[in-house]
Amino acid sequence: MWTFIHKMGSPPWFFRFSGVVVQWLLPITIGLLLVGAAWGLLVAPPDFRQGNSYRIIYIHVPAAVVALAGYYVMAFAGAVSLIWRIKMADVTMRAAAPVGAVLTAVALITGAIWGKPTWGTWWVWDARITSMLILLFLYLGVVALFEAYENKTAAARACAVLSLVGTVNIPIIYKSVDWWYSLHQPASIKFTGESAIDSSMLYPLLLMIAAFYCLFALTVLLNMRAELVWNHREANWLQQLVRKV
Amino acid sequence: MSADIPLLSLREAFSRQFRRHFKALMGSPADMANPLLFFFMVVTLFPLGLGPDPERLSAMAPGLLWVVALLSSLMVSSKLFGSDYEDGSLEQLAIAPYPLSILVMGEVAAHWLATGFLLAAVSPLFGIMLGLPAAGLGVLFYSLVLGTICLTLIGAIGSALTVSIRRGGLLMSLLIIPLNVPVLIFGTTAVSEAVIGGNPQTWLTLLGGLAMGSLALVPLAISAALRVSLDN
Amino acid sequence: MPLLTAQDVAIERGERRLLSGVDLTVEAGDIWQLVGANGVGKTSLLRALAGLAQLGVSGQIAHAQTRLYLGHAPALKKNLSALDNLRCHPASDILASDDMIFSALASLNLAGYEERPVGSLSAGQQRRVALTRLLLSQAPLWLLDEPFTALDVSGCEWLDTQIRSHVSSGGAVVYTSHQPSRFGSLQQDVDLVRYVC
Repeated sequence: MWTFIHKMGSPPWFFRFSGVVVQWLLPITIGLLLVGAAWGLLVAPPDFRQGNSYRIIYIHVPAAVVALAGYYVMAFAGAVSLIWRIKMADVTMRAAAPVGAVLTAVALITGAIWGKPTWGTWWVWDARITSMLILLFLYLGVVALFEAYENKTAAARACAVLSLVGTVNIPIIYKSVDWWYSLHQPASIKFTGESAIDSSMLYPLLLMIAAFYCLFALTVLLNMRAELVWNHREANWLQQLVRKV
Repeated sequence: MSADIPLLSLREAFSRQFRRHFKALMGSPADMANPLLFFFMVVTLFPLGLGPDPERLSAMAPGLLWVVALLSSLMVSSKLFGSDYEDGSLEQLAIAPYPLSILVMGEVAAHWLATGFLLAAVSPLFGIMLGLPAAGLGVLFYSLVLGTICLTLIGAIGSALTVSIRRGGLLMSLLIIPLNVPVLIFGTTAVSEAVIGGNPQTWLTLLGGLAMGSLALVPLAISAALRVSLDN
Repeated sequence: MPLLTAQDVAIERGERRLLSGVDLTVEAGDIWQLVGANGVGKTSLLRALAGLAQLGVSGQIAHAQTRLYLGHAPALKKNLSALDNLRCHPASDILASDDMIFSALASLNLAGYEERPVGSLSAGQQRRVALTRLLLSQAPLWLLDEPFTALDVSGCEWLDTQIRSHVSSGGAVVYTSHQPSRFGSLQQDVDLVRYVC
């Protein structure tokens, strides 16, 4: 295990390893996305109250789920970078932040689009939407902090501290927003998706969640590889690799 | 290596930092008055923007007061470590043979006393101006005492992270405001509950828990962030 | 026991490597001058030796627990008096009584200015308040960044004397300076050109 972590810290090794992973992950991701989307959009039955408009959950829910998980991935990488000072962890964190931010934004936008036919309004201060919005701010904070530092090694360290602080805070934020919402809940608006979801709709949703996890991993890996190429553009191992190709 | 040089006790080292910063803050009363003046002016803006209807104002008062308190705390915290970074005090703190987190807490404590606690102490006055019912005034004070502890500590993290960045002010708000959401929710809810004769204790307890938790964990984050800033 | 040892120290700034392979052992009684042109990394190395910089510093650095570092910034609060600034110094390494602080300030021609806000003193006076720490701190290892700049002739002589008496009583000094050697055979040079990447 330890040697594995050690290997992960070495850029040339990681570059080769991630190359293999990407080779497999790319077709898997595309396959899952296609199957999940086709199943969810074409095969699954329409909702008896919302009709076809509910189908946006096949993007909305996976994006929201993976966005939150992505923050923990980022914070975990930050912790690894702080404790063991492994540079690859810095690169992971830096690669994960913008992807997570985009997923959060996708979840918010699809939520708004879904809200229009369902609630008759683009924006509602619902507990989940509000939490998502705060998550977006947390992501943007990490991205902006990284950009603001001149010394990028220091930037990664600062972002690690910030994302760890955020991680401790996220459960508290979610819980407090939940309480806040239940105290102020307007009677006219009820979340329709609360009732148990039928398995004919659930399976494609699970498939899409898996697809989004793969998509997240794939994007982060590609981001990391791009960053590695840039950081090591003058290193021997990369030059050799380029010559081979 | 060698540690045969006499050192101060941790407590004395902490209290020296506290005294240093408290005196420095007292030496510039304008800096201490600014957040209060800001609070005062924004409180004046609400009736002008929302209309003078006392009932409407008093219904919104808990939220308004807490939001303004949060903003003025944000305003002062953004400068918490600024002068230390510029005048070289931060380098000296970092090199001192004591845990940086403890020395820095001396500074944060002085800062809280001179800004956060002061804000809480005068807040009932602003509460009266916005027509907050008498039942809410005491809870407003207590919730702000506990709440400003959290706000100051979280603000200190933000200041420590952005102190080496040239235009860190706006970035600081982006970093800090989302982290302050639970404090705001617990604080406003406590005051609202007190106003409607409900149970503010639960929310004050939650705020207290948050303050305790922050006191335990935040110093580590601050000292880590300050060391990063010294390296930038 | 050496007061400071550095083995195979390399310093990076961002993605640029400044220095590598620096070895240094500072024993009691040593004076070391870090020599090199502007931008070569004298201050970066001194900060690394002091334990101030950590990112981008690799290799082994071990130093005495208490050490006195004087950088470009004086670490003085402008609206505090010289007395308060020294009493509650951020390095918390001054255990001296007020009487000792008064006499230390007096020996730097600052008698009568003890209780004034430091901000109201001239730049030269502020610099001398910062230097007063040399008389008050207990730290055996001094790390001084350009200590002779902005000092008049008598100030430089005073600093010379302090450094000499500090090393003769078992301390050690590492300093950076553009000026040629001030301590003759007493001091050793670290020429950073050798370590530039």
